[in-house]
Amino acid sequence: MVKSVYEEYNILPQKLIDEVRDEATANKLKTDEIRKVLERVKNAFDSSQVNPGESIGIVTAESIGEPGTQMTLNVFHFAGVAEVAVTLGLPRLIELLDARKEPSTPKIEVYLQKDISKDAAAVKKVAVSIKQTKLGELVEEFTINMTQFRVEVYLDKKKMRDFGISENFVSKVIEDTLKNASVKINRDFITIKPKAEQFELKELYQLREKCRELHVKGVKGIKQVLPVKRDNEFIVICVGNSLEGVLDIEGVDCRKTVTNDIFKTEAVLGIEAARQAIINEAIEVIENQGLDIDIRHIMLLADVMTSAGSIKGITRSGITGEKESVLARASFETPIKHIINATLKGEEDKLNSVIENVMLNQEIPVGTGLPSLIAKMRGNLK
Amino acid sequence: MSDVFLDNKYVGTVENPLDFVKNVKDKRIGDKVLEGINLIYDPKINEVHIETSKGRLRRPLIRVENGKSFFTKEHVDKLNQGSLSWDDLLKEGVIEYLDALEEEESLIALSEQDLTSKHTHLEISPVVILGLTTSLIPYSNFGSSSRLIRGSKIQKQSVGLYATNFLMRMDTDVSVLHNPEKPIVKSFMHDVLDYDKHPAGQNVTIALMSFEGYNMEDSIILNRGSVQRGLVRSTYFRPYDAEELRYSGGLTDEIHVPDKEVKGYKSEKDYKHLEKDGIVYAGAKVKEDEVVIGRTSPPRFLGEMEEFSIAASTRRESSVTVREGEGGVVDMVVITENEEGNKVVQIRLRHQRIPEIGDKFASRHGQKGVVGMVIDEENMPFSASGITPDIIFSPHSIPGRMTISHLIEVVAGKVGSLAGRYIDGTTFDVEKESDLRKELVQLGFRENGTEVFYNGMTGEKFKARIFVGNMYYLRLKHMVANKLHARASGRIQLLTRQPIEGRARGGGLRVGEMEKDCFVAHGASLLLKERFDSDKTIVYVCEKCGMLAVNDTFKDIKQCLKCGSNVEITAIELSYAFKLLMDELKSLCIYPKLLLRSKY
Repeated sequence: MVKSVYEEYNILPQKLIDEVRDEATANKLKTDEIRKVLERVKNAFDSSQVNPGESIGIVTAESIGEPGTQMTLNVFHFAGVAEVAVTLGLPRLIELLDARKEPSTPKIEVYLQKDISKDAAAVKKVAVSIKQTKLGELVEEFTINMTQFRVEVYLDKKKMRDFGISENFVSKVIEDTLKNASVKINRDFITIKPKAEQFELKELYQLREKCRELHVKGVKGIKQVLPVKRDNEFIVICVGNSLEGVLDIEGVDCRKTVTNDIFKTEAVLGIEAARQAIINEAIEVIENQGLDIDIRHIMLLADVMTSAGSIKGITRSGITGEKESVLARASFETPIKHIINATLKGEEDKLNSVIENVMLNQEIPVGTGLPSLIAKMRGNLK
Repeated sequence: MSDVFLDNKYVGTVENPLDFVKNVKDKRIGDKVLEGINLIYDPKINEVHIETSKGRLRRPLIRVENGKSFFTKEHVDKLNQGSLSWDDLLKEGVIEYLDALEEEESLIALSEQDLTSKHTHLEISPVVILGLTTSLIPYSNFGSSSRLIRGSKIQKQSVGLYATNFLMRMDTDVSVLHNPEKPIVKSFMHDVLDYDKHPAGQNVTIALMSFEGYNMEDSIILNRGSVQRGLVRSTYFRPYDAEELRYSGGLTDEIHVPDKEVKGYKSEKDYKHLEKDGIVYAGAKVKEDEVVIGRTSPPRFLGEMEEFSIAASTRRESSVTVREGEGGVVDMVVITENEEGNKVVQIRLRHQRIPEIGDKFASRHGQKGVVGMVIDEENMPFSASGITPDIIFSPHSIPGRMTISHLIEVVAGKVGSLAGRYIDGTTFDVEKESDLRKELVQLGFRENGTEVFYNGMTGEKFKARIFVGNMYYLRLKHMVANKLHARASGRIQLLTRQPIEGRARGGGLRVGEMEKDCFVAHGASLLLKERFDSDKTIVYVCEKCGMLAVNDTFKDIKQCLKCGSNVEITAIELSYAFKLLMDELKSLCIYPKLLLRSKY
């Protein structure tokens, strides 16, 4: 019986209906009362919808552009506070909207599973396991033994203990990575010797340099980790953008972990996640600057950027460059290029959008310029 | 042993650099030649640098040794008696001049209490941290620095007595204040600069309150009674000049009343102010577009002369007329000759500027605003003693800008005007605010400067007490009369057929890219089209080839130059700018084809 009332209003978004249902059951409303509530919800919903012919695009552009002029170019950093320096402010917003492939400061916020997220020691352990460790960091000294033709690696015992790595583990990693060298553990050091019978000294030197950069442990590309307390649970902030690697680590909450790299988000989690990532990142910048931009403007922007199934920036190579109208493209950037290409292809401009109609001084198809006669006129208009 | 550089050129070495520098510094005291020298020893690079070059900035400082200033009370007394001069102090070594280089090696104390044994010099006065105009701001140590900067910038724009010989000068865009007053609240710099000989403002009674919303956003309200009594009235001068230029072939311009046959002759009444010599008389009241100097020029091209044999008819009218929107009284007429021997006539127009809505005013504290309304005196709020303020200033201008000095000046000005004396507002050395308050009580007023006020229109008492006092107000040179501009139609550019730019030429007001965006955002499609119709044209299009066709109205034939007259040719309306774009594309061998379709 009650269910049918909600079905009458199924044009409303499911989320709103669910909210009304929750409130209704909590307050034990009768069917008539629920209907009244839903009627009001529907009215509110209808009145908050955008009218046909509303120029949402330019309103969005103005609503983001104008506060953008007030943004401080360089954001003040708190010296001495344990925090990862992230690009914020206008440079970050430009980076987002232009859809640059690599963010200037890639960052991952790693959330941990409930059982460990409140235990500082366990969090630290996960953090250490995420951070990439290169052999060079664990070593006191690399020496080239000329008489034996081998590289000797003196490990830093204290650091080994901190990172929880054994000598055997290191030697195994070296052996697995360096296919053409044999590894032996001595009392104080590990020796690495090329398998080939004949080799030059130069090769030995190269081997040593290769060892220095050898990836021992952790997620590749995560240069720095920083456990931070946020809303009475610990999270780990990582510098780097290897989201897929971090998600593989045990103890990481895959549902909440996020990166500020929208392209990485798209690759790992899909285009819908990328859309949300754009919204979140843009909102963060705006709120950080103390500005107030309605989230729906950002949502429209993110929709436009991701609607094609891949991320496209607001650039002449992105969505602006994909406009149908030649004149509209030419009015944005590099007009000569667009006009020449259009000439070569014999492109036709249908004058369907705003800017080209402004150029020809015709009625623009928004607002009062939108309505037109449905009836077809016959005969001569003169 | 260290190297010695004279004006950055290596000249030799000295054995003991520290002694050397000290010796030179001792020797230069009172020495006519060495006086202009500054030098330092830099131990980091072990070099001695001596500067003697001209054009470097130097400033005087009091010398200090072992924490003791060389400038003593004796000197003060002698200076007051007049038996000691600045040069004497220099000779005695009390004061010396440092340049930027030597300052680097010195430790300069701002005040005598700060002196330690490490100090080498003492500032003559802490006020020297301010510039000339900034130190004209009273109580400036009670204001915020950004407002001081604005305050000093504003003072440079104030209308006053810019030069005492202004009556003999031909300056462009200048104003002179009618009854300039010296400020009641002044600083020492006013005395130093002889400010009372060329003041640039007036002492006005000011009330801090809002009034009917006419003083929102920094605007101020003027009392019409005060305005009619001559408050901040000024005169604006503008010169006009004309030269009798000589051209090749012995032709010259001629300054005279132009004949009616002259090309471009205006109407007779435009020349009514001219005397026989073709120049207006001093005292003539002229309006815009009227001729002040009549002049004719020979034809632009000599070819023109041969075609029409009557010489007079080919001469061009090139009179000097009063600028658009301006006018006034001819103040002075000068006829002279320039370096090339050409006759030059200069006219100076004078126009009385009575303060009106839109004129800009400011106090000395960076608080500027335009007149929002002039209120009749009988409607102005009045105090219990019947005083109406000259200016009503909005209190919203105070908290965010933190110009406490503005408020203190009001109190100080009130005390000064009531007690009949000048108040010293020199930075760091002011008359104390608490003393001023006490004096105000003695003078029979509330110590915080507020008074009971009554609504001028209803006679009701205001619930709040109003802060009133006296302060120095400046009239700034930006006046609406010089800025007001509007146009319905007028001249257009030849190339684009869009309205020309600029107020002086009667140009249009541009609806730019961002303004266009506003129309679009409002969905005001038809309004936007109407606004951009300023360059609309009707073009004829050949429906066959899509190129522009020709409409010969004389023969009443529409034809396409390519396809002939046997094709359908339709008139369309578009912006001339786009037609121009198509023409330019065609010149680049790009074929912009118009495909027409009925809009309905």
